[in-house]
Amino acid sequence: MILAPVAALGRSTLSGLAALGRIGLFCIATLAALVRPPFYIREFGHALWTIGYNSLPVVGLTAFFTGGALALQIYEGGSRFNAGQVVPSIVAIGMTRELGPVLGALMVAARVASSIAAEIGTMKVTEQIDALVTLSTDPMRYLTVPRVLAATLCLPVLVAMGDSIGIFGGYVVGTGRLDLNAAAYLENTVEYLEPWDVTSGLIKGAVFGFIVAVVGCYFGMNSGRGAQGVGRATKSAVVTASVLILAANYLLTELFFSA
Amino acid sequence: MIELVDLHKAFGANRVLRGVNLHVPKGKSMVIIGGSGTGKSVLLKCILGLVKPDAGQILIQGKDTAKADRDAFLARFGMLFQGGALFDSLSVWQNVAFRLLRGTQKRPRAEAREIAIEKLRRVGLKPEVADLYPAELSGGMQKRVGLARAIAADPEIIFFDEPTTGLDPIMAGVINELIREIVVEMGATAMTITHDMSSVRAIADDVAMLHDGVIQWTGPVGRMDASGDPYLDQFIHGRAEGPIEAVR
Ligand SMILES: Nc1ncnc2c1ncn2[C@@H]1O[C@H](COP(=O)(O)OP(=O)(O)OP(=O)(O)O)[C@@H](O)[C@H]1O
Ligand SMILES: [Mg+2]
Repeated sequence: MILAPVAALGRSTLSGLAALGRIGLFCIATLAALVRPPFYIREFGHALWTIGYNSLPVVGLTAFFTGGALALQIYEGGSRFNAGQVVPSIVAIGMTRELGPVLGALMVAARVASSIAAEIGTMKVTEQIDALVTLSTDPMRYLTVPRVLAATLCLPVLVAMGDSIGIFGGYVVGTGRLDLNAAAYLENTVEYLEPWDVTSGLIKGAVFGFIVAVVGCYFGMNSGRGAQGVGRATKSAVVTASVLILAANYLLTELFFSA
Repeated sequence: MIELVDLHKAFGANRVLRGVNLHVPKGKSMVIIGGSGTGKSVLLKCILGLVKPDAGQILIQGKDTAKADRDAFLARFGMLFQGGALFDSLSVWQNVAFRLLRGTQKRPRAEAREIAIEKLRRVGLKPEVADLYPAELSGGMQKRVGLARAIAADPEIIFFDEPTTGLDPIMAGVINELIREIVVEMGATAMTITHDMSSVRAIADDVAMLHDGVIQWTGPVGRMDASGDPYLDQFIHGRAEGPIEAVR
């Protein structure tokens, strides 16, 4: 009786771990399909467009407001005496190392993991995946590989763009609202920003992009039957992708910065 | 050509196939009949490898499909799904020409499109529909596009899952004739599922009736009426009374 909640917790932990294992196997299958032809160029181009280009607005807006808010916070957080130096450097480092990749990837997870899971899930439910097989086309190569490749390549680009827009957001708030000197702001941004701050964020972006697409495809391919199955697959894809992004972010940060 | 030996398949407690034995000779048209939910679609999917049977053997040209090269088998194969299963991100002609636009049977786009339009014409669709998307078509039109896709690459083995449901009687006649033509002229081996008895008589060389997870009766279409099998008789005459229960 008393143990019931504990048992429930254990059960969900176990099923969570099992799902993680299956996603891991799915990753391996994806990588195996990635290196063997045929390659579907047209599908890849389409995926670049929908995953990359169409994510620009949401990633850009997110970064802009985050950069602005960050500048305000740091200024208000007691550093207003040395604000001209502290605000630009923390905004730049914070955006490039953490907030750019993480928030960008979370927005993409919401946008892309859901739409991939829903699209592939619907294809599964309406037997389109079976039809692909009967037309001698491997669903892994035709559906999964183009999306995973596109997301892995696009996210670093989106992150780079988000970084710049975020820094610009900080600049707008810093110079417009906090009356910091514009030239000094730019100078300090460049001064304190190391190349590795940017590169590490881009690498994170690539990993997060891979996670988003693999998770979206996995839940789509394993969608249950009917509209309800697709709905559940979509929800699980977004939640799982988001949690995995945050977990991977911690691991990567540990790997990159804890010398 | 296709031989099923003691095939079993269950979904949980639902034992759908319980020892199916069936032989489909090369170049013949086999029609499978049987009540709704008896596992006809599952049977076809087992042969294709889309559903893994629990036990039993599937031989195609004498080779066990569990061990043989499935890609080689699928390359000569076409299937019409019960629900059409058209790719809704592609236009109608790209659906039909799917096989002709990629893989080993790839050919120039213009040529593939021409073949697609020709196949659409054979299933009674005008060239105008070629550039529409599946969502813009009626149910019966989608079914016919699915049929055109199944025959687009001139396969040697074709499965049709209820090709005439949802069609008007005239169009059903056209499709029955087309299936017959494909078997007779192109020498293809066909397996067709249908509930439509006029379709059965129009397309079948042989008929098999699936009931309770086994083939209840099989034989040439000519012997169907004088079979003396009470199950088959009830089915072909559509009687509510008989050995087959109405609630399943
Ligand atoms: N993927 C699946 N998971 C669970 N059960 C399934 C699955 N596919 C089919 N079934 C079950 O198998 C049984 C047979 O289904 P099937 O689609 O083969 O019927 P059918 O003979 O084609 O019927 P109909 O004539 O109505 O199309 C049904 O009871 C169905 O619920
Ligand atoms: Mg069926």
